Amino acid sequence: MATYNLTTPLRDEDVVPLHAGDVVYLTGTIYTARDAAHRKLMEALDNEERLPFELQGAIIYYVGPAPAPPGCAIGSAGPTTSGRMDSYAPRLHALGVKASIGKGKRSQEVRDALQEHKGVYFGATGGAGALLSQRITASEVIAYPELGPEAIRKLTVKDFPLLVVNDAHGAELYAKPRYEP
Amino acid sequence: MKSISAKAIHEAVRDMIMDACRLLSDDVYDAFTKAHAEEESASAKEVMAQLIENADLARNTQLALCQDTGSAVFFVDYGEDVKIEGGSLEQVLSDAMVEAYDKGYLRKSMCHPLTRKNTGDNTPPIIHAHVVPGDVLRIRFMAKGGGSENMSRVAMLKPAQGWAGIRDFVVRTMAEAGPNPCPPTVVGVGIGGTFDLAPTLAKKALFRPIGVRNADPEVAAMETELLAAINDLGIGPMGLGGKTTSLDVKVEMHPCHIASLPVAVNVQCHSSRTKEVVF
Repeated sequence: MATYNLTTPLRDEDVVPLHAGDVVYLTGTIYTARDAAHRKLMEALDNEERLPFELQGAIIYYVGPAPAPPGCAIGSAGPTTSGRMDSYAPRLHALGVKASIGKGKRSQEVRDALQEHKGVYFGATGGAGALLSQRITASEVIAYPELGPEAIRKLTVKDFPLLVVNDAHGAELYAKPRYEP
Repeated sequence: MKSISAKAIHEAVRDMIMDACRLLSDDVYDAFTKAHAEEESASAKEVMAQLIENADLARNTQLALCQDTGSAVFFVDYGEDVKIEGGSLEQVLSDAMVEAYDKGYLRKSMCHPLTRKNTGDNTPPIIHAHVVPGDVLRIRFMAKGGGSENMSRVAMLKPAQGWAGIRDFVVRTMAEAGPNPCPPTVVGVGIGGTFDLAPTLAKKALFRPIGVRNADPEVAAMETELLAAINDLGIGPMGLGGKTTSLDVKVEMHPCHIASLPVAVNVQCHSSRTKEVVF
Protein backbone atom coordinates (compact mmCIF):
# COMPACT_ATOMS: atom_id res chain seq x y z
CA MET A 1 0.00 0.00 0.00
CA ALA A 2 1.44 3.34 -1.08
CA THR A 3 0.91 6.79 0.41
CA TYR A 4 0.29 9.84 -1.77
CA ASN A 5 0.04 13.56 -1.08
CA LEU A 6 -2.27 15.05 -3.70
CA THR A 7 -3.46 18.58 -4.41
CA THR A 8 -6.68 19.61 -6.13
CA PRO A 9 -7.92 19.72 -8.82
CA LEU A 10 -7.11 16.10 -9.67
CA ARG A 11 -5.92 15.06 -13.12
CA ASP A 12 -5.81 11.66 -14.81
CA GLU A 13 -2.12 11.32 -13.89
CA ASP A 14 -3.02 11.80 -10.20
CA VAL A 15 -5.80 9.21 -10.26
CA VAL A 16 -4.46 6.41 -12.45
CA PRO A 17 -1.53 5.40 -10.16
CA LEU A 18 -3.88 4.97 -7.18
CA HIS A 19 -4.88 1.47 -6.09
CA ALA A 20 -7.46 0.24 -3.60
CA GLY A 21 -5.88 0.37 -0.14
CA ASP A 22 -3.55 3.28 -0.84
CA VAL A 23 -3.55 6.18 1.63
CA VAL A 24 -4.02 9.68 0.25
CA TYR A 25 -3.59 13.00 2.04
CA LEU A 26 -5.55 15.55 0.05
CA THR A 27 -4.89 19.30 0.08
CA GLY A 28 -6.83 22.01 -1.72
CA THR A 29 -10.46 22.70 -2.57
CA ILE A 30 -13.30 20.18 -2.41
CA TYR A 31 -17.07 20.60 -2.66
CA THR A 32 -19.74 19.17 -0.38
CA ALA A 33 -22.89 17.64 -1.84
CA ARG A 34 -25.22 14.98 -0.51
CA ASP A 35 -28.74 13.82 -1.37
CA ALA A 36 -30.71 17.04 -1.88
CA ALA A 37 -27.79 18.93 -3.46
CA HIS A 38 -27.30 16.14 -6.00
CA ARG A 39 -30.96 16.39 -6.93
CA LYS A 40 -30.49 20.13 -7.51
CA LEU A 41 -27.33 19.55 -9.55
CA MET A 42 -29.18 17.09 -11.79
CA GLU A 43 -32.00 19.61 -12.32
CA ALA A 44 -29.43 22.27 -13.20
CA LEU A 45 -27.80 19.91 -15.73
CA ASP A 46 -31.19 18.97 -17.21
CA ASN A 47 -32.03 22.66 -17.61
CA GLU A 48 -28.57 23.46 -19.00
CA GLU A 49 -28.01 25.97 -16.20
CA ARG A 50 -24.63 27.06 -14.91
CA LEU A 51 -23.44 24.81 -12.10
CA PRO A 52 -22.23 26.24 -8.77
CA PHE A 53 -18.71 24.88 -9.26
CA GLU A 54 -16.41 23.66 -12.04
CA LEU A 55 -16.83 19.90 -12.45
CA GLN A 56 -13.55 19.36 -14.33
CA GLY A 57 -11.10 17.78 -11.89
CA ALA A 58 -13.48 18.30 -8.96
CA ILE A 59 -13.74 16.24 -5.79
CA ILE A 60 -17.17 15.88 -4.20
CA TYR A 61 -17.37 15.17 -0.47
CA TYR A 62 -20.60 13.46 0.60
CA VAL A 63 -21.12 15.31 3.88
CA GLY A 64 -23.65 17.43 5.71
CA PRO A 65 -21.54 19.14 8.36
CA ALA A 66 -22.70 20.19 11.81
CA PRO A 67 -22.73 23.95 12.56
CA ALA A 68 -19.33 25.43 13.43
CA PRO A 69 -18.72 26.11 17.12
CA PRO A 70 -16.95 29.40 17.90
CA GLY A 71 -13.34 29.37 16.73
CA CYS A 72 -13.82 26.46 14.31
CA ALA A 73 -13.90 26.65 10.51
CA ILE A 74 -16.63 24.02 10.48
CA GLY A 75 -18.44 21.65 12.83
CA SER A 76 -18.09 17.90 12.87
CA ALA A 77 -17.76 16.82 9.23
CA GLY A 78 -17.41 13.10 8.53
CA PRO A 79 -18.64 11.23 5.45
CA THR A 80 -22.20 10.05 4.83
CA THR A 81 -23.16 6.76 3.12
CA SER A 82 -22.14 7.05 -0.54
CA GLY A 83 -24.54 4.49 -2.00
CA ARG A 84 -27.38 7.00 -1.93
CA MET A 85 -25.49 9.07 -4.52
CA ASP A 86 -24.84 6.09 -6.84
CA SER A 87 -27.60 7.06 -9.26
CA TYR A 88 -26.00 10.50 -9.79
CA ALA A 89 -22.28 9.71 -9.72
CA PRO A 90 -21.76 8.23 -13.23
CA ARG A 91 -23.21 11.36 -14.88
CA LEU A 92 -20.92 13.60 -12.82
CA HIS A 93 -17.84 11.50 -13.60
CA ALA A 94 -18.70 11.69 -17.32
CA LEU A 95 -18.65 15.49 -16.96
CA GLY A 96 -15.19 15.61 -15.39
CA VAL A 97 -15.59 14.94 -11.67
CA LYS A 98 -12.49 12.95 -10.68
CA ALA A 99 -13.31 11.74 -7.19
CA SER A 100 -15.88 11.40 -4.48
CA ILE A 101 -15.35 10.99 -0.74
CA GLY A 102 -17.75 9.03 1.44
CA LYS A 103 -18.20 5.75 3.25
CA GLY A 104 -19.69 2.42 2.25
CA LYS A 105 -20.20 0.41 -0.90
CA ARG A 106 -20.66 1.72 -4.46
CA SER A 107 -22.73 0.16 -7.23
CA GLN A 108 -21.26 -1.63 -10.23
CA GLU A 109 -22.40 1.33 -12.39
CA VAL A 110 -20.26 3.70 -10.32
CA ARG A 111 -17.28 1.33 -10.41
CA ASP A 112 -17.63 1.08 -14.19
CA ALA A 113 -17.77 4.89 -14.45
CA LEU A 114 -14.56 5.17 -12.41
CA GLN A 115 -12.81 2.86 -14.88
CA GLU A 116 -14.24 4.56 -17.95
CA HIS A 117 -13.52 8.14 -16.84
CA LYS A 118 -10.38 7.57 -14.72
CA GLY A 119 -12.00 8.39 -11.40
CA VAL A 120 -11.51 7.28 -7.83
CA TYR A 121 -13.73 6.73 -4.79
CA PHE A 122 -12.14 7.61 -1.48
CA GLY A 123 -13.29 6.48 1.95
CA ALA A 124 -12.94 8.67 5.01
CA THR A 125 -13.53 7.29 8.51
CA GLY A 126 -17.26 7.41 9.22
CA GLY A 127 -18.19 8.72 12.63
CA ALA A 128 -14.86 10.51 13.07
CA GLY A 129 -16.43 13.85 12.17
CA ALA A 130 -14.80 15.85 14.94
CA LEU A 131 -11.35 14.57 13.97
CA LEU A 132 -11.87 15.12 10.23
CA SER A 133 -13.09 18.68 10.83
CA GLN A 134 -9.59 19.53 12.06
CA ARG A 135 -8.26 19.08 8.50
CA ILE A 136 -10.76 21.57 7.07
CA THR A 137 -9.40 25.10 7.27
CA ALA A 138 -12.21 27.04 5.55
CA SER A 139 -15.86 26.50 4.66
CA GLU A 140 -18.18 28.66 2.58
CA VAL A 141 -21.74 27.97 1.35
CA ILE A 142 -21.68 28.55 -2.42
CA ALA A 143 -25.09 27.20 -3.47
CA TYR A 144 -28.53 26.14 -2.26
CA PRO A 145 -28.35 27.71 1.24
CA GLU A 146 -32.03 26.79 1.70
CA LEU A 147 -30.92 23.16 2.03
CA GLY A 148 -29.31 23.90 5.40
CA PRO A 149 -26.83 21.10 6.19
CA GLU A 150 -27.25 19.87 2.60
CA ALA A 151 -26.15 23.16 0.98
CA ILE A 152 -23.12 23.00 -1.32
CA ARG A 153 -20.03 24.20 0.50
CA LYS A 154 -16.58 24.96 -0.82
CA LEU A 155 -14.11 23.49 1.65
CA THR A 156 -10.41 24.11 1.93
CA VAL A 157 -8.67 21.00 3.22
CA LYS A 158 -5.11 20.36 4.38
CA ASP A 159 -3.77 16.78 4.41
CA PHE A 160 -7.30 15.36 4.53
CA PRO A 161 -6.83 11.62 5.30
CA LEU A 162 -8.37 9.22 2.79
CA LEU A 163 -8.25 5.59 1.74
CA VAL A 164 -8.67 4.50 -1.88
CA VAL A 165 -11.75 2.25 -1.79
CA ASN A 166 -12.54 1.90 -5.52
CA ASP A 167 -9.78 2.71 -8.00
CA ALA A 168 -9.77 3.37 -11.74
CA HIS A 169 -8.83 -0.25 -12.41
CA GLY A 170 -11.92 -1.97 -11.00
CA ALA A 171 -10.53 -2.99 -7.60
CA GLU A 172 -12.32 -2.58 -4.26
CA LEU A 173 -10.92 -2.41 -0.75
CA TYR A 174 -13.82 -3.56 1.44
CA ALA A 175 -13.70 -6.97 3.11
CA LYS A 176 -16.17 -9.50 1.69
CA PRO A 177 -18.23 -11.34 4.33
CA ARG A 178 -16.31 -14.54 5.16
CA TYR A 179 -19.41 -16.70 4.82
CA GLU A 180 -22.92 -16.64 3.39
CA PRO A 181 -25.41 -16.62 6.29
CA MET B 1 -48.96 12.90 43.04
CA LYS B 2 -45.49 14.24 42.28
CA SER B 3 -45.24 17.61 40.54
CA ILE B 4 -42.29 18.27 38.26
CA SER B 5 -41.89 21.65 36.61
CA ALA B 6 -41.70 21.76 32.82
CA LYS B 7 -38.73 24.12 33.23
CA ALA B 8 -36.74 21.56 35.26
CA ILE B 9 -37.45 18.87 32.66
CA HIS B 10 -36.56 21.24 29.83
CA GLU B 11 -33.18 22.11 31.31
CA ALA B 12 -32.25 18.52 32.15
CA VAL B 13 -33.28 17.21 28.73
CA ARG B 14 -31.50 20.02 26.89
CA ASP B 15 -28.25 19.34 28.75
CA MET B 16 -28.62 15.57 28.33
CA ILE B 17 -28.91 15.94 24.54
CA MET B 18 -25.91 18.23 24.24
CA ASP B 19 -23.85 15.87 26.40
CA ALA B 20 -24.97 12.75 24.52
CA CYS B 21 -23.79 14.16 21.19
CA ARG B 22 -20.35 15.15 22.48
CA LEU B 23 -19.43 12.85 25.39
CA LEU B 24 -19.16 9.21 24.37
CA SER B 25 -20.35 7.03 27.24
CA ASP B 26 -17.81 4.91 29.12
CA ASP B 27 -19.18 1.55 27.92
CA VAL B 28 -18.73 2.53 24.27
CA TYR B 29 -15.33 4.14 24.85
CA ASP B 30 -14.11 1.05 26.71
CA ALA B 31 -15.36 -1.16 23.87
CA PHE B 32 -13.30 0.95 21.42
CA THR B 33 -10.21 0.51 23.58
CA LYS B 34 -10.76 -3.24 23.79
CA ALA B 35 -11.30 -3.53 20.01
CA HIS B 36 -8.16 -1.47 19.38
CA ALA B 37 -6.16 -3.86 21.55
CA GLU B 38 -7.64 -7.00 19.98
CA GLU B 39 -7.49 -6.03 16.31
CA GLU B 40 -4.44 -7.33 14.45
CA SER B 41 -4.57 -5.70 11.02
CA ALA B 42 -3.04 -2.24 10.65
CA SER B 43 -6.14 -0.77 9.02
CA ALA B 44 -8.54 -2.03 11.71
CA LYS B 45 -6.22 -0.76 14.45
CA GLU B 46 -5.93 2.60 12.69
CA VAL B 47 -9.73 3.02 12.47
CA MET B 48 -10.14 2.22 16.17
CA ALA B 49 -7.31 4.64 17.07
CA GLN B 50 -9.06 7.37 15.06
CA LEU B 51 -12.37 6.69 16.81
CA ILE B 52 -10.70 6.95 20.23
CA GLU B 53 -8.97 10.18 19.19
CA ASN B 54 -12.28 11.48 17.83
CA ALA B 55 -14.04 10.76 21.14
CA ASP B 56 -11.26 12.50 23.08
CA LEU B 57 -11.42 15.52 20.78
CA ALA B 58 -15.21 15.87 21.06
CA ARG B 59 -14.98 15.59 24.86
CA ASN B 60 -12.47 18.45 25.01
CA THR B 61 -14.08 20.81 22.46
CA GLN B 62 -17.58 21.86 21.41
CA LEU B 63 -17.46 19.55 18.39
CA ALA B 64 -20.08 16.81 18.06
CA LEU B 65 -18.77 13.23 17.92
CA CYS B 66 -20.38 12.84 14.49
CA GLN B 67 -21.93 15.40 12.17
CA ASP B 68 -25.04 13.23 12.02
CA THR B 69 -26.52 14.13 15.37
CA GLY B 70 -29.51 12.14 14.36
CA SER B 71 -33.22 11.98 14.69
CA ALA B 72 -33.99 12.83 18.32
CA VAL B 73 -35.52 9.64 19.74
CA PHE B 74 -37.01 9.51 23.22
CA PHE B 75 -38.25 6.58 25.30
CA VAL B 76 -40.21 7.82 28.29
CA ASP B 77 -41.53 5.95 31.33
CA TYR B 78 -44.24 8.29 32.52
CA GLY B 79 -45.43 7.49 36.04
CA GLU B 80 -49.20 7.57 36.60
CA ASP B 81 -48.61 9.71 39.68
CA VAL B 82 -46.52 12.37 37.91
CA LYS B 83 -47.91 15.76 36.99
CA ILE B 84 -45.88 18.04 34.74
CA GLU B 85 -46.47 21.65 35.80
CA GLY B 86 -46.43 24.24 33.06
CA GLY B 87 -46.42 22.19 29.88
CA SER B 88 -47.14 18.90 28.16
CA LEU B 89 -44.56 16.11 27.93
CA GLU B 90 -44.43 16.28 24.14
CA GLN B 91 -44.00 20.05 24.06
CA VAL B 92 -41.30 20.16 26.72
CA LEU B 93 -39.27 17.40 25.00
CA SER B 94 -39.60 19.12 21.64
CA ASP B 95 -38.65 22.56 23.00
CA ALA B 96 -35.67 21.19 24.94
CA MET B 97 -34.52 19.33 21.85
CA VAL B 98 -34.76 22.45 19.68
CA GLU B 99 -32.70 24.47 22.16
CA ALA B 100 -30.08 21.71 22.48
CA TYR B 101 -29.64 21.37 18.71
CA ASP B 102 -29.30 25.16 18.40
CA LYS B 103 -27.02 25.87 21.37
CA GLY B 104 -25.00 22.66 21.03
CA TYR B 105 -23.99 23.19 17.36
CA LEU B 106 -25.82 20.00 16.43
CA ARG B 107 -27.01 19.27 12.89
CA LYS B 108 -30.68 19.57 12.05
CA SER B 109 -31.42 16.45 10.04
CA MET B 110 -35.21 16.18 9.80
CA CYS B 111 -36.96 16.88 6.50
CA HIS B 112 -40.18 16.39 4.55
CA PRO B 113 -40.04 12.84 3.17
CA LEU B 114 -40.83 13.83 -0.42
CA THR B 115 -39.89 17.49 -0.96
CA ARG B 116 -36.85 16.88 1.32
CA LYS B 117 -37.30 20.40 2.77
CA ASN B 118 -35.48 20.57 6.10
CA THR B 119 -37.74 21.40 9.05
CA GLY B 120 -34.91 23.68 10.20
CA ASP B 121 -34.84 22.84 13.91
CA ASN B 122 -34.66 19.02 13.96
CA THR B 123 -38.36 18.77 14.85
CA PRO B 124 -40.27 16.66 15.33
CA PRO B 125 -38.68 14.35 17.90
CA ILE B 126 -39.71 10.69 17.83
CA ILE B 127 -41.32 9.94 21.20
CA HIS B 128 -42.18 6.51 22.62
CA ALA B 129 -44.01 7.15 25.91
CA HIS B 130 -45.25 4.42 28.23
CA VAL B 131 -47.47 4.94 31.23
CA VAL B 132 -46.02 3.09 34.23
CA PRO B 133 -47.13 2.73 37.85
CA GLY B 134 -45.73 5.11 40.47
CA ASP B 135 -44.27 8.60 40.46
CA VAL B 136 -41.17 8.12 38.34
CA LEU B 137 -40.42 10.07 35.17
CA ARG B 138 -37.59 8.44 33.24
CA ILE B 139 -36.56 10.08 29.96
CA ARG B 140 -34.11 8.29 27.72
CA PHE B 141 -32.61 9.98 24.65
CA MET B 142 -30.90 8.56 21.60
CA ALA B 143 -29.27 10.57 18.78
CA LYS B 144 -30.05 8.09 15.99
CA GLY B 145 -27.98 8.44 12.85
CA GLY B 146 -29.49 7.85 9.42
CA GLY B 147 -26.76 5.72 7.83
CA SER B 148 -27.14 2.90 10.31
CA GLU B 149 -30.93 3.30 10.50
CA ASN B 150 -31.05 2.71 6.72
CA MET B 151 -29.42 -0.71 7.16
CA SER B 152 -32.11 -1.82 9.65
CA ARG B 153 -34.63 -4.48 8.63
CA VAL B 154 -37.85 -6.12 9.80
CA ALA B 155 -39.16 -9.55 8.77
CA MET B 156 -42.35 -11.47 9.45
CA LEU B 157 -40.91 -14.99 9.64
CA LYS B 158 -42.92 -18.19 9.72
CA PRO B 159 -43.11 -19.72 13.20
CA ALA B 160 -41.57 -22.89 11.73
CA GLN B 161 -38.36 -20.97 10.97
CA GLY B 162 -37.71 -20.57 14.69
CA TRP B 163 -34.33 -19.63 16.12
CA ALA B 164 -32.42 -20.74 13.00
CA GLY B 165 -34.53 -18.37 10.88
CA ILE B 166 -34.02 -15.52 13.31
CA ARG B 167 -30.27 -16.06 13.45
CA ASP B 168 -29.98 -16.21 9.65
CA PHE B 169 -32.03 -13.04 9.23
CA VAL B 170 -29.97 -11.08 11.77
CA VAL B 171 -26.60 -12.21 10.42
CA ARG B 172 -27.67 -11.73 6.78
CA THR B 173 -28.82 -8.20 7.60
CA MET B 174 -25.38 -7.39 8.98
CA ALA B 175 -23.58 -9.10 6.07
CA GLU B 176 -25.58 -7.05 3.56
CA ALA B 177 -25.00 -3.86 5.55
CA GLY B 178 -21.24 -4.43 5.23
CA PRO B 179 -19.30 -1.18 5.62
CA ASN B 180 -22.35 1.11 5.23
CA PRO B 181 -23.58 1.56 8.84
CA CYS B 182 -20.15 2.58 10.23
CA PRO B 183 -19.02 -0.65 11.89
CA PRO B 184 -18.19 -1.69 14.54
CA THR B 185 -21.92 -1.49 15.14
CA VAL B 186 -24.22 -2.18 18.05
CA VAL B 187 -27.10 -4.41 16.96
CA GLY B 188 -30.56 -4.19 18.52
CA VAL B 189 -32.83 -7.18 17.87
CA GLY B 190 -36.55 -7.32 18.64
CA ILE B 191 -38.17 -10.75 18.58
CA GLY B 192 -41.94 -11.18 18.80
CA GLY B 193 -44.71 -8.70 19.43
CA THR B 194 -46.39 -7.33 16.32
CA PHE B 195 -45.21 -5.76 13.04
CA ASP B 196 -44.76 -2.44 14.85
CA LEU B 197 -43.59 -3.66 18.26
CA ALA B 198 -40.62 -5.75 17.05
CA PRO B 199 -38.66 -2.72 15.72
CA THR B 200 -39.55 -0.70 18.81
CA LEU B 201 -38.11 -3.49 20.96
CA ALA B 202 -35.01 -3.55 18.75
CA LYS B 203 -34.53 0.17 19.23
CA LYS B 204 -35.20 0.01 22.97
CA ALA B 205 -32.59 -2.76 23.23
CA LEU B 206 -29.92 -0.31 22.06
CA PHE B 207 -30.17 1.61 25.34
CA ARG B 208 -28.70 -1.30 27.30
CA PRO B 209 -24.97 -0.64 27.92
CA ILE B 210 -22.39 -2.64 25.99
CA GLY B 211 -21.42 -5.78 27.86
CA VAL B 212 -24.68 -6.01 29.83
CA ARG B 213 -26.62 -9.14 28.85
CA ASN B 214 -30.38 -9.67 28.90
CA ALA B 215 -31.49 -10.80 32.38
CA ASP B 216 -33.09 -13.92 30.84
CA PRO B 217 -30.24 -16.48 30.44
CA GLU B 218 -31.84 -17.93 27.27
CA VAL B 219 -31.99 -14.52 25.62
CA ALA B 220 -28.48 -13.70 26.88
CA ALA B 221 -27.24 -16.87 25.14
CA MET B 222 -28.87 -15.70 21.90
CA GLU B 223 -27.01 -12.39 22.19
CA THR B 224 -23.69 -14.14 22.65
CA GLU B 225 -24.32 -16.49 19.72
CA LEU B 226 -25.39 -13.66 17.39
CA LEU B 227 -22.39 -11.49 18.33
CA ALA B 228 -19.98 -14.34 17.55
CA ALA B 229 -21.72 -15.10 14.23
CA ILE B 230 -21.65 -11.43 13.17
CA ASN B 231 -18.00 -10.99 14.12
CA ASP B 232 -17.15 -14.18 12.20
CA LEU B 233 -18.23 -12.29 9.05
CA GLY B 234 -14.89 -10.46 9.28
CA ILE B 235 -16.28 -7.16 7.97
CA GLY B 236 -14.35 -5.28 10.64
CA PRO B 237 -14.05 -1.59 11.57
CA MET B 238 -15.36 0.57 8.68
CA GLY B 239 -15.57 -2.58 6.55
CA LEU B 240 -11.80 -2.84 6.14
CA GLY B 241 -11.66 -6.36 7.58
CA GLY B 242 -11.05 -7.39 11.17
CA LYS B 243 -12.35 -9.08 14.27
CA THR B 244 -14.78 -6.38 15.39
CA THR B 245 -17.79 -6.05 13.10
CA SER B 246 -20.12 -5.39 16.05
CA LEU B 247 -19.36 -4.25 19.58
CA ASP B 248 -22.44 -5.98 20.97
CA VAL B 249 -25.85 -7.48 20.21
CA LYS B 250 -28.88 -6.71 22.39
CA VAL B 251 -32.03 -8.84 22.14
CA GLU B 252 -35.45 -8.04 23.57
CA MET B 253 -38.20 -10.65 23.29
CA HIS B 254 -41.99 -10.40 23.61
CA PRO B 255 -44.86 -12.88 23.13
CA CYS B 256 -46.42 -12.81 19.66
CA HIS B 257 -49.50 -14.09 17.79
CA ILE B 258 -49.67 -17.86 17.18
CA ALA B 259 -49.46 -17.14 13.43
CA SER B 260 -46.42 -14.87 13.57
CA LEU B 261 -42.73 -14.55 14.27
CA PRO B 262 -41.78 -10.88 13.82
CA VAL B 263 -38.06 -10.06 13.94
CA ALA B 264 -36.48 -6.65 13.68
CA VAL B 265 -32.85 -5.59 13.49
CA ASN B 266 -32.07 -1.99 14.40
CA VAL B 267 -28.50 -1.18 13.44
CA GLN B 268 -26.61 1.39 15.49
CA CYS B 269 -23.29 2.84 14.30
CA HIS B 270 -20.25 2.83 16.59
CA SER B 271 -21.19 6.35 17.69
CA SER B 272 -23.81 4.94 20.04
CA ARG B 273 -25.17 8.03 21.76
CA THR B 274 -27.73 7.44 24.48
CA LYS B 275 -28.33 9.10 27.82
CA GLU B 276 -31.08 9.28 30.43
CA VAL B 277 -32.47 11.51 33.15
CA VAL B 278 -34.71 10.31 35.95
CA PHE B 279 -36.99 12.51 38.07
